[in-house]
Amino acid sequence: MTVATNHNGGTESGYNFAYLDEQTKRMIRRCLLKAVAIPGYQVPFGSREMPLAYGWGTGGIQVTASIIGPDDVLKVIDQGADDTTNAVSIRHFFQRTADVATTEETEDATIIQTRHRVPETAMKEGQILVYQVPQPEPLRQLEPRETECRKIHGYAEYGLMHVKLYEDIARFGHIATSYSYPVLVNGRYVMSPTPIPKFDNPKMDSFPALQLFGAGREKRIYAVPPYTTVKSLDFDDHPFSVQKWDQACALCGAEDSFLDEVILDDRGRKMFVCSDSNYCEQRQAAGYSNPAAAADIAAYQLALQGEADA
Amino acid sequence: MTTALMRVRNLDKRFDTIHACRNVSFELHQGEVLGVVGESGSGKTTLLRCLSGEMLPSAGTVEYDVRMRGLTDIAALSEPERRLLRRTDWGIVHQNPRDGLRMNISAGGNVGERLMAVGARHYGEIRGEAVDWLERVELDQDRIDDAPSTFSGGMQQRLQIARNLVSKPRLVFMDEPTGGLDVSVQARLLDLLRGLVRDLHIAAIVVTHDLAVVRLLADRLMVMRRGEVVESGLTDQVLDDPQHAYTQLLVSSVLQP
Repeated sequence: MTVATNHNGGTESGYNFAYLDEQTKRMIRRCLLKAVAIPGYQVPFGSREMPLAYGWGTGGIQVTASIIGPDDVLKVIDQGADDTTNAVSIRHFFQRTADVATTEETEDATIIQTRHRVPETAMKEGQILVYQVPQPEPLRQLEPRETECRKIHGYAEYGLMHVKLYEDIARFGHIATSYSYPVLVNGRYVMSPTPIPKFDNPKMDSFPALQLFGAGREKRIYAVPPYTTVKSLDFDDHPFSVQKWDQACALCGAEDSFLDEVILDDRGRKMFVCSDSNYCEQRQAAGYSNPAAAADIAAYQLALQGEADA
Repeated sequence: MTTALMRVRNLDKRFDTIHACRNVSFELHQGEVLGVVGESGSGKTTLLRCLSGEMLPSAGTVEYDVRMRGLTDIAALSEPERRLLRRTDWGIVHQNPRDGLRMNISAGGNVGERLMAVGARHYGEIRGEAVDWLERVELDQDRIDDAPSTFSGGMQQRLQIARNLVSKPRLVFMDEPTGGLDVSVQARLLDLLRGLVRDLHIAAIVVTHDLAVVRLLADRLMVMRRGEVVESGLTDQVLDDPQHAYTQLLVSSVLQP
């Protein structure tokens, strides 16, 4: 079978450019404009069925499909990495349906679709960060009624959000919420930056790039325009703080990045590596390393070798 | 003569063909407890819901002495203003504590919610206030981090009272506050309520079908039947010397042990 190039430049025949039809893209773009005009406000949109299951980034894909053009360069992140299943398949999806250039370099991308992380490398004006959102409603666990949630947002009655943080301190002695940590956007709307770790919350404040959030199942779009204040909620006597690690990345020695714990064997050995694979590789290429973790890496490679042989 | 805290004039509430409240008028002053009794279906709860802004009356006015504004028709307030009133200057104690509490939030969080809603952002102070209020409603401080779902019915009802009174309301609406509790727990709860209402000089409107409750709590009494107030006056006067036939029936129906 020959693969025909459609008139919009995609390599897959029978589809419109970037999969969605133009009317759908138009509808989503209108919602995006409204979302940008009211930072943090959840705009309902007519979410479409996508060729993958809810929970796999259908909201983010629809947003990306609506804003992407033939000249864009796309990067997709899943849990910080460029090479995990979700990232690979979504990147492949847009290569096939829109024939756009893709990259793993944060600096080179014009659009970055992400799940779970904000890139460690600083983003700049003109770039767009698209988040895949599983649960857009920060109040969901506290207030099950959607009608009541809408009123709470409408009248900015956000005391309830602090009840959640109170519960954390009462139960654990500190604010134990470590991801989807609620933020106040532009001094008005409380927003859930789901599902990024709170480590990334401070990066969102006065962020130079445009941030768009799409929730496919919940049918909501929201946005944070460039250089908008994003404040993490906290108590006066329990101020907001981010996760800290007492060691550096085992591969590149970075001390300023979000680290993932990697189990090395069944005897409790482990190492910590950057969750942002692109950032880690860039640092390794520039000659950074962590000699203290050499033994761990050797054990890890041995374990991988064993798995490959078996 | 001081001005009224709440003034109700010719309140009427219809649901389609049902006329639930007819021409109810009264005044309530600071620190006064008004009891509303009557058989089920007589319009007591509907009246309470109209007074607390949960429903709007079909005709007539409900005016409340809003702070800094004086007597204001609550139907003329905007919805956010009414909601603010309901969670600061008013307290609403539901018959079923499940309607008034967040069952999966700890007791301390339940009490602290109103404080956080008006901007309290100091964990230590919120917690201190919650401990203080648990003590005042005779709940064990050790239970502060337990969810109300693990509490007994009487404890849930006391927690609901603490949660409402923490914002120092001037008016509390109570719908059958002792419903579903056994007699000895009822007695303790009534004793507690009477003490709190007197100490804090809170006005209250108590809806109940239990004459013993109003005898203990209420200064004045309204007897309702088929949506109408058939008799009103000082509680002891109405109960000891009922004038209207229905009130006489109601008083004589009480079982004497």
